[in-house]
Amino acid sequence: MRTTAMTAAATPGPAYNFAYLDEGTKRMIRRAILKGIAVPGYQVPFASREMPMPYGWGTGGVQVTAAILGPADVLKVIDQGADDTTNAVSIRAFFRKTAGIATTTRTVEATIVQTRHRIPETPLAAGQIIVYQVPIPEPLRFLEPRETETRTMHALEEYGLMHVKLYEDIARHGHIATTYAYPVKVEGRYVMDPSPLPKFDNPKMHRSPALQLFGAGREKRIYALPPYTDVRSLDFEDHPFTVQSFTEPCAVCGARNVYLDEVVTDDRGGRMFVCSDTDHCGTRRAEATP
Amino acid sequence: MGAFATTALATAAVAGGFADPVFDAQAVFRLLMGAMAEPGTVADLGARVAAPAPLVPAAAALLAALADGDTPVWMADPAGAGEAAARWLRFQTGAPITEDRAAATFALLPERHDPVGWASFPRGTSDYPDRSATLLLPVRDFAGGDGLVLAGPGIAAERRVAPAGLPEGFAAALAANRAGFPLGVDIVLVCGTAVLALPRSTRVREG
Repeated sequence: MRTTAMTAAATPGPAYNFAYLDEGTKRMIRRAILKGIAVPGYQVPFASREMPMPYGWGTGGVQVTAAILGPADVLKVIDQGADDTTNAVSIRAFFRKTAGIATTTRTVEATIVQTRHRIPETPLAAGQIIVYQVPIPEPLRFLEPRETETRTMHALEEYGLMHVKLYEDIARHGHIATTYAYPVKVEGRYVMDPSPLPKFDNPKMHRSPALQLFGAGREKRIYALPPYTDVRSLDFEDHPFTVQSFTEPCAVCGARNVYLDEVVTDDRGGRMFVCSDTDHCGTRRAEATP
Repeated sequence: MGAFATTALATAAVAGGFADPVFDAQAVFRLLMGAMAEPGTVADLGARVAAPAPLVPAAAALLAALADGDTPVWMADPAGAGEAAARWLRFQTGAPITEDRAAATFALLPERHDPVGWASFPRGTSDYPDRSATLLLPVRDFAGGDGLVLAGPGIAAERRVAPAGLPEGFAAALAANRAGFPLGVDIVLVCGTAVLALPRSTRVREG
């Protein structure tokens, strides 16, 4: 008794299971991930848990990461490309505390990259895993609010409504005006929401050598893209899919062909465009400095 | 005598589980996830469990990592030849052992199990293709058998495998399983401590 009490007193704070989730929850999530991998692009329902952070802060991604994480993993977390924003810093700290794992901001050093709304500019390598935080996993949700209907539409491969939506964009604006969460078709079967990525990142999903996992906590869905999976952005023959292009290079590192954020610099219309991927920008600047 | 026999069985069931349940389960899952994401690759799960025959070590490790009270496990003859294995699984995982194929989440197939019988395991529904069984099929070796050429998600171009000790009609059964995509069963070949996954998304031809 005495020993137990002393041990308990010596333990700083409450002790969590490794990576916070209990083992039963991890098994349930792991089984969902395996079925997701077997049926690429299909949304597997799972019993999403309450996490010590609000919905909308990446509870789905955090649960997927917690279920796959091991002690040897090196975790990178980005929020809109940045390693140093509140969401990214908090989730890194969460896993350092509950799993004691190493974290990094370098894309090349990471074994797992958890992301909110960007894919790193540095191409992901075979063996790496990217975990997307997804707010609304159902690509048809804003066209058809009923889950029973959208489920049937996926079952029957009935995606005409999505093409009508893209066509209406063209009729109204002269081009497809969807710029983020741009729908993709996986292996010619399931239409999938790529999470609110800028469409600039869509081509990076196509035949990526990395395993891609998607977690939606509030909506309780997990889906997956195994490496080298066909991921096509929906388009029309006469209106092919194109990504955003920028006229200027990054104002800080001079990079072209990367996704840029607009930064307002004063109240007289001054602005600059800088890399959204902070690791990519920082690495380029470090290499440029002799 | 009867009491002694029961004790021996019970001891065999209690022994041989994961030494480190949290990290052994994580390691087994990650290796299996890698195998499932890249069909046709062989992943050695390591010697983490000691289970009674006819449980293959890799199948035992997979179930110890993933099975629980929510996942009925089908096996042949759980009251006869498979009794020790069934007891081990019940104690280690809490999974119900079933003889009803339609209820199975995991199925421990006997060696060279006739693929005709696979049709009675759950293949999911068109609304919920994930509600399908994962079949664990023991093979003699992952090399030396007739060649199969795999393609599909997880495979850059093509991947050649040649597992030995497959049942008659295996390639045709896999092709039929793929033809029903997104419905179908997912197959994990087990041999010793290693696995080779063939999810339903994989296209296969002989060659």
